[in-house]
Amino acid sequence: MRWGILQFPGSCDERDALQACSLSGEARLVWHESRDLDGVDAVVVPGGFSYGDYLRAGAIARFSPAMEAVAEFAGGGGAVLGICNGFQVLCETGLLPGALLVNESLRFVCRQVELQVEGLHPPQGTQFFNRPEKTLSIPAKHGEGRYWAPEETLDALEANGQVAFRYAPGQNPNGSARDIAGVRNAAGNVLGLMPHPEHAVDAMTGSTDGLRVFEAVAGARA
Amino acid sequence: MAKARVLIRPKEGILDPQGKAVERALPALGFEGVGHVRVGRMVELEAEDPARLPELCEKLLANPLIEDFEIEEIDAASSAPTNP
Repeated sequence: MRWGILQFPGSCDERDALQACSLSGEARLVWHESRDLDGVDAVVVPGGFSYGDYLRAGAIARFSPAMEAVAEFAGGGGAVLGICNGFQVLCETGLLPGALLVNESLRFVCRQVELQVEGLHPPQGTQFFNRPEKTLSIPAKHGEGRYWAPEETLDALEANGQVAFRYAPGQNPNGSARDIAGVRNAAGNVLGLMPHPEHAVDAMTGSTDGLRVFEAVAGARA
Repeated sequence: MAKARVLIRPKEGILDPQGKAVERALPALGFEGVGHVRVGRMVELEAEDPARLPELCEKLLANPLIEDFEIEEIDAASSAPTNP
């Protein structure tokens, strides 16, 4: 398994993602100016503040050469995981539906959250969530994590099993619509979530539940 | 070069916590009777081809899913700074 982790000016979680991915294969960073993904099996778009998050979070990263390559990779069925800012970038790029808005509280949140894993019946041919149902304990840290999409889009996401993760009851940290913490595309190969699985891969930091997210992505590759 | 001003605001129906925060702060400052505050942003620019501005707004300046935008072309006279 070979992972590529994008690195933009302003990324800050790419090293943790690199470390997390190294636990299940080879992992390397891909600089934002590179159009060459070097034949990796899966791509992680990491957290941080790409290009300073000027204008809107993820709006400028969308136009980077590396993201153009990722869009092509995803279009061909490649597995892509967007975490936090990476989730925002994937939404801005149109690889995932919806948008991430400023937290309802207007406060930056940084705390451990419990996630309910959903979408256990993925579209045929994908194996994203082929694991027993369980809540995952994973840290969330963001100022713009309120997932929003039009009501009819939310209905369609639920009907298609594209809601990947929900905050456990009472734990929604940002006012996200329908407690949504993460979604995937219709094909099942692109997944985005606000909480940070890459910060939960070592018992030393309290939880190794994040590993399951990386396992799921590894299982989604063609 | 044509000068233009782009006004971007959250779509109607989308919760705007920044607007709400401003709205809630006003009574404490003695400004009663102000409601429906929406906070957006304004981008000023000069463009060689103003016909391309709508496309530029849809692709970058605004996210059409969550924001409405208005393009206002401004001539040199009206863009001069005015003092209250």
